[in-house]
Amino acid sequence: MTQVKLSGLTKRFDEKSEPAVDRLDIEIESGKLTALLGPSGCGKTTTMKMIAGLLRPTDGDILFDGSSIVGIAPEDRGAVMVFQNYLLFPYMSVADNIGFGLKMRGVSRSEIRTRVRDMLDLVQMPGFEERRPKQLSGGQQQRIALARALIVQPNVLLLDEPLSNLDAHLRDEMRELISGIQTELGITTVFVTHDQEEAVVLADKIALLFEGRLQQFDVPDAFYETPGTVDIAKFFGGTNFIPGRCEDGRITTAIGRFRAPHTAVDRGEAVLSIRPEAVELGGGGGNSVRGRIRSHVYVGRYARFRVMIGEVEIEVITDPGQVKKLSDGDEVSVRFDPDKIWILGPAADGKDGRADSDSARQPAG
Amino acid sequence: MAGAAAKTTLVHRPAWRVTGRWVGITGLLAFLIAPIVPLFIWSISFRWFYPAILPTEYSARAWTEVINPNNDVVGVAWNTALIALVVTAFSILLGVPAGRALGLYEFRGKRLVEWLILAPIIVPGLAVVLGIHVLFIRAGLSNSLPGVILVHLVPTLPYMTLVMSGVFANYDTDFELQARSLGAGRLATQWYVTLPAIFPGVVVGAMFAFIISWSQYVLTLLIGGGQVQTLPLLLFSFVRSDPAIAGALSVVFILPAVLVLLLSSRYLSGDSAAVGGIGNI
Repeated sequence: MTQVKLSGLTKRFDEKSEPAVDRLDIEIESGKLTALLGPSGCGKTTTMKMIAGLLRPTDGDILFDGSSIVGIAPEDRGAVMVFQNYLLFPYMSVADNIGFGLKMRGVSRSEIRTRVRDMLDLVQMPGFEERRPKQLSGGQQQRIALARALIVQPNVLLLDEPLSNLDAHLRDEMRELISGIQTELGITTVFVTHDQEEAVVLADKIALLFEGRLQQFDVPDAFYETPGTVDIAKFFGGTNFIPGRCEDGRITTAIGRFRAPHTAVDRGEAVLSIRPEAVELGGGGGNSVRGRIRSHVYVGRYARFRVMIGEVEIEVITDPGQVKKLSDGDEVSVRFDPDKIWILGPAADGKDGRADSDSARQPAG
Repeated sequence: MAGAAAKTTLVHRPAWRVTGRWVGITGLLAFLIAPIVPLFIWSISFRWFYPAILPTEYSARAWTEVINPNNDVVGVAWNTALIALVVTAFSILLGVPAGRALGLYEFRGKRLVEWLILAPIIVPGLAVVLGIHVLFIRAGLSNSLPGVILVHLVPTLPYMTLVMSGVFANYDTDFELQARSLGAGRLATQWYVTLPAIFPGVVVGAMFAFIISWSQYVLTLLIGGGQVQTLPLLLFSFVRSDPAIAGALSVVFILPAVLVLLLSSRYLSGDSAAVGGIGNI
């Protein structure tokens, strides 16, 4: 059980360019599963490599249980990293791959053999000792890479995009395996991912990074319910942002005035944000306005409508049954549930001076 | 996909590939082995004049001379091998790190360094060695074994370095990071992870180095000044005076090259990263 603390952690690859990781402050709880989330190039893998000791920070500190480990060689840190492409040693058998860390620690052959067998059981691949990495599928290689890291009983387990190279059904299986093992062994685990859904499903806490900077460090549901900025909300699939002014729990926009008790700003310029699945069509009542359906798609599990309210287009996700009741061009009542409205600071609030950059673009897939 | 494709070729190899393979083997035999045959016949011939296809009389004289301890052919051969082995060892020690630097990293002046490394095999050896000779006389290295070993590195190091730079260009250093992360120190990482990955390349480079040193004539003659005897020098002195002994010596001379080739042939396969390295030259 190790608590990991990043303090002002910075990495600059060269003097001139922007830092890849910029003054990161994160406190990773002991025994928990934490995700480093962000679009590609946001510095999440760089951060992980610094924790593992494979990259030297330009500035700042990394503390394990309160003591700095920046000066300690990677082999002595007790933080083991599993790379995205597994990196099983190709000229070694599966058993030798898994036993590698123990061999480096001078553990006896017979003990290595027993513990390798236990590990193969743990990752549900008993009897694979003599196989070569080339003979394994991607999912199997991933399991072996995981076993090879776990066998040395690391204080901190670092997983770089553990699911990204697997196809969909293997991904679910692997996700359950990682989560199961993590809960069982209680190892402080940090994993890197660009997929917000993966982070939400797997992690106890998520650190969201854009361009090397920490945007929000929170429990998963907070990113949906109380995102800190429009960028963050967009990254988590938010699509409806309507600028306005807020005052006393109400927001006045171009399409009307809405009651909105949950807010990140007290008064002044603000953005009304509501998730597409939180908008109700055809209900009426308080906090509702008239709109006209512009288009819709039927996806099966749900239906997606585009609704024009005056000049503002919003996206609405409803249950698929709505498709039968509503058709394009219909006028409809649109209700924003006050409890589901979240008032954010203005989009161009100058925070980091890049609220309009494409850093919030969603990852493909 | 790739695995399935490989399996198919294992089962039914296309006809043109089988033919191609036999043409290749025949060509190899014709160009590499055939020239040795007349040399061997020379070494056992006593009388062999124009119209006769084979010698009219045979004799073991040349071979008894070669084996005769007074002529010290075995001693010279041993000396040649020793020089070649030491040269190979130094080529590995210097060429592997140099190849790593060239293959993995971008740095200012990299092109220039590449050219400087290639220079000794582009510039005529004689021109290079005349300059080196003057330097070696001043440094007291001429007419000595260390001097000869040093000068042999001039043509061997470029090959070793180039082969290794090709190997490292296809090498993923993340494997080393992975080993460190799993608890291996620097040395253990080199031994257990780096070395096995680059080993085929080292074998190919070492083979080049050994054969280049083994067959060196001009450099040994000038720097060794006759004090350091090697097989090529001995062989050359017999070429005009005694073709039979020259033939026998040639066979002794060629033998290690063929042996080295056979021993290392499995590392020369098309799949080997090292051959990719040669492709990069």
